[in-house]
Amino acid sequence: MSQIIIYTIITLVAIGAAAAIILYFVAQKFKVYEDPRIDEVEEALPAANCGGCGFPGCHNFAETLVKTESWDDLFCPVGGNDTMSKVAGILGREAIEQAPKVAVVRCNGTPEFRPRVTTYDGAPTCAIAHSLYAGEGICPHGCLGLGDCVVVCNFDAIHMDPDTDLPVVIDDKCTACGACVEACPRDIIELRKKNKKDRKIFVSCINEEKGAVAKKNCSVACIGCAKCFKVCKYDAITMENNKAFIDSEKCVLCRKCVLECPTSAILELNFPPPRKKEPVVEASETEIK
Amino acid sequence: MSIKTFSRGGVHPPDNKLSAGNKIVELPPPELATIPLSQHLGAPAKVLVNRGDQVKVGQLIAQSEGFVSTNIHSSVSGKVLKVDQFMDSSGYRRMAVQIQVEGDQWMETIDRSDDLVRNSVLPAEDIRKKILEAGIVGLGGATFPSHIKLMVPQGKTAEYVIINGVECEPYLTADHALMMERSEELLSGIQLLMIGLGVEKAIIGIENNKPDAIEKMKEITRGSSVSVQGMKVMYPQGGEKQLVQALLKREVPSGGLPIDVGVVVFNVGTAHAVYEAVMKNRPLINRIVTVTGKGLDKPSNFMVRIGTPVSSLIEKAGGLPEATAKVINGGPMMGKALSTIDVPVVKGSSGILLMDESEARRKDVKPCIRCTKCVSVCPMGLEPYLLMTLSEKSFFERMEPEKVMDCIECGSCSYTCPSSRPLLDYIRLGKAEVGKIMRARKAV
Amino acid sequence: MNKFIVSPSPHAYTDESVPKLMYGVIISLLPALAVSVYFFGIGMIIVSSVSVASCILFEYLIQRYMMKVKPTHLDGSALLTGLLLAFCLPANIPFWIVMIGALAAVGIGKMTFGGLGNNIFNPALVGRVFLFISFPVAMTAWPEPGQWMHYTDAVTGATPLGLMKEGLANRTVGEIMPEVPSFLNLLLGKTMGSAGEVSALALLLGMLYMMYRKIISWHIPITILATVAIFTGILWLANPDRFADPLFHLLTGGLMLGAIYMATDYVTSPMTPKGMIIYGVGIGVVTVLIRVFGAYPEGVQFAILIFNGFTPLINKYVKPKRFGKEVKHG
Repeated sequence: MSQIIIYTIITLVAIGAAAAIILYFVAQKFKVYEDPRIDEVEEALPAANCGGCGFPGCHNFAETLVKTESWDDLFCPVGGNDTMSKVAGILGREAIEQAPKVAVVRCNGTPEFRPRVTTYDGAPTCAIAHSLYAGEGICPHGCLGLGDCVVVCNFDAIHMDPDTDLPVVIDDKCTACGACVEACPRDIIELRKKNKKDRKIFVSCINEEKGAVAKKNCSVACIGCAKCFKVCKYDAITMENNKAFIDSEKCVLCRKCVLECPTSAILELNFPPPRKKEPVVEASETEIK
Repeated sequence: MSIKTFSRGGVHPPDNKLSAGNKIVELPPPELATIPLSQHLGAPAKVLVNRGDQVKVGQLIAQSEGFVSTNIHSSVSGKVLKVDQFMDSSGYRRMAVQIQVEGDQWMETIDRSDDLVRNSVLPAEDIRKKILEAGIVGLGGATFPSHIKLMVPQGKTAEYVIINGVECEPYLTADHALMMERSEELLSGIQLLMIGLGVEKAIIGIENNKPDAIEKMKEITRGSSVSVQGMKVMYPQGGEKQLVQALLKREVPSGGLPIDVGVVVFNVGTAHAVYEAVMKNRPLINRIVTVTGKGLDKPSNFMVRIGTPVSSLIEKAGGLPEATAKVINGGPMMGKALSTIDVPVVKGSSGILLMDESEARRKDVKPCIRCTKCVSVCPMGLEPYLLMTLSEKSFFERMEPEKVMDCIECGSCSYTCPSSRPLLDYIRLGKAEVGKIMRARKAV
Repeated sequence: MNKFIVSPSPHAYTDESVPKLMYGVIISLLPALAVSVYFFGIGMIIVSSVSVASCILFEYLIQRYMMKVKPTHLDGSALLTGLLLAFCLPANIPFWIVMIGALAAVGIGKMTFGGLGNNIFNPALVGRVFLFISFPVAMTAWPEPGQWMHYTDAVTGATPLGLMKEGLANRTVGEIMPEVPSFLNLLLGKTMGSAGEVSALALLLGMLYMMYRKIISWHIPITILATVAIFTGILWLANPDRFADPLFHLLTGGLMLGAIYMATDYVTSPMTPKGMIIYGVGIGVVTVLIRVFGAYPEGVQFAILIFNGFTPLINKYVKPKRFGKEVKHG
């Protein structure tokens, strides 16, 4: 009996030892050297693997951060400047500061402003609806309201508002990873500079139709009248393809353009209510009614 | 009855040929014609007229631009009101010429008589030239410019002309009516195509649900080198690849064209248009449109000028029923749903189909139970359930080896799915994305 | 103005639906159910109604309270699972065991994977195998047919396959065969076995109905039956004393039920005809291997579960015949 036990133990130990030796040599032969700093950098990254930096995952980004000389195009939008300076500390380099950004939905075509003239009954994704037709509202540039941007958001920062049929970005959660910008087939979402107290001024319309057509499709469309362009003293507004665009880098939030816009296409968000006048958005709503 | 049909897949939706047997009614020109500049596959034509110009019926108003493109002619006479963007059937704006109709003056070159002209002595070169000039496109719905089909690439030879009189789409009867009423002209058109391509043999494929058309065409083609073949009713028999396979047992290779197996396929409507163009000098300015639907008073086959508003066609067929919930340009399987009926008839409009809510509404999507029905009906031997899942999850690069580009978008998979899954919706999206990937790869 | 519906093509849809398909299968099971009630009486009625009711109940409860989705317990799939589970249990099994089996079938077999369409293994078979391993005694005490008013107190005996397995230890096939019910009785179902599997004829009728309605194709059931017949035929020709003849194998045990109803389960079987044939041959071979050389008298349920596991692999590598060959473009 004890003999059997001894033989068993000896055999098992021999097999184990042989396997260990083989494994050791195989591991030696196929060993891939990786800079240990890559792991360190990856630790410092947010591990969201969202692709916001333009790389498939945090590991690839870490690898590039360690290996590349110039960091001009490398930035982790999720971690922001904190993370980047931490990474820079690990690698003993200088971080490039970038102003934090936030996603902004540039369409205000609620059913009230942009009446729905058809009912979409296909697969519920914007990509398919967009390739099929102009959408339930007539405007061929407006939000389709099927929420492709919501599906791709890893941070729960965007959701559809059932009343307006438009996506709403929660500024505190938005990391500016850009996934929604990619997903939107109509390029409605833009990453804009994040201002103090989340204040924003932007043209909430991207349609390129002529003014009369645009206005017929949607009462809060940008009609390309250029009134805002004329009133802006900071060269922040450009006119192109029948629409105005406010550069968030140049805009100083003076709000002159907001008052000027005849269709209330320029939105101001998170400002305290003006004392003298009625808030512009509400004014336009009463006008419609 | 013959049992010829294609070998793989296929479905058999209810026929619903409500307007079958109805005579073709020629409609007068509309008051206002809107003629889009892009009524074909390929680049839009370049406009030749300006606002205020007077035009005649058959006058060239836009010239083909590039290789895959066609000429556009005025279908009415009158004054050009606008050359501007107009809403097309999908709600997007496209360039079009709008003409205020005044009288009905035709170009002098056009032979307007009904006399049959046969036995062309024109050389192949001239036939091809006339087809190019007349702006003829495939009238089955795909609107591929016909003159390109007549140019056989080097190293390939055409052996057969196949004429598609299958009309496998439910509801539609335009081709049926054409075969019954314009059979002599049709035969002449087929013979012109045969000369144009230099082939000896032509086959007309017609499904067995049109026995009168089979008989009529058999009678007329007796003694000629054109033969008529009755076929088992099966959708999508009208797909080129399916039709060639059914009639000749030749499989068009993946990514290839029928010419790769020595065949060129034309729709009966196209062949008729070729006759009109070559023998009568009449460009493509009108076509037969089936206006049909279960709620409609008078389902009809109309001969309509291109550019006539769809709404006026519906008016002529008894008016838009109150309960109409969906208007489809084309048949129920491959047609396009319209967002408004204020759009013009174009070269590719084979039918206008009205549906009420219960017929039009899709059923709730349920989980895939892998019943294999989509796989067994796919005429191209694909796996729609897999392609849909890959597309839904954005695994586009995995769709290419699964042959997604072979999909002919016939819709058999979506039709047959007991869980009402939008298979084709997602496959079409996948095709577009894979197309992008392939083009990007080519560009590198 | 009318507000039109816009959707991508096609705009026509079949009348077929998942509930219709499921109820089609259930209709095809009715002859077998009738035969079973005729032979096992009240026991079969109790077992099948408990099984069906618990499957539907568990599906509802799990969907409503654990998965928090809209319950689909009435779409016919839970009913079918319950019926099939009852069919492969002895008709005298206590009802609480049936309920455990139903919980295993729906809970472990189906809902763990996400519900209808996502399960890897046939739920009814998962339930059966779960009970077979947990309650081996209760699961192998088969009531003798014809005891109408007896439930758990029915007189029990061995199945033909069990007789064969045991007998072959020291006797030849020829000596055992007289103890086995006649082939006519096996065909009609007057034999011992799980409640729904006894009558080969009723099950074959069901198969013909399903093929007529195009619910299933011939590939899976016919391949399994043919494989079993051929494999056992070869063994039988080689040594008729050691191996029973093919007809015996075809008509006994759960083979018919398995081949026609369990293996053809949409969700867990391959997608292409070629794949189905590979799957069918595999199930046939493994069934015979277990029956003839294994420790259990019956192997079809294990064979099906094993090949359920192979199904994703088969789907990955066995593709339908594509239209047209590839050409290179210059």
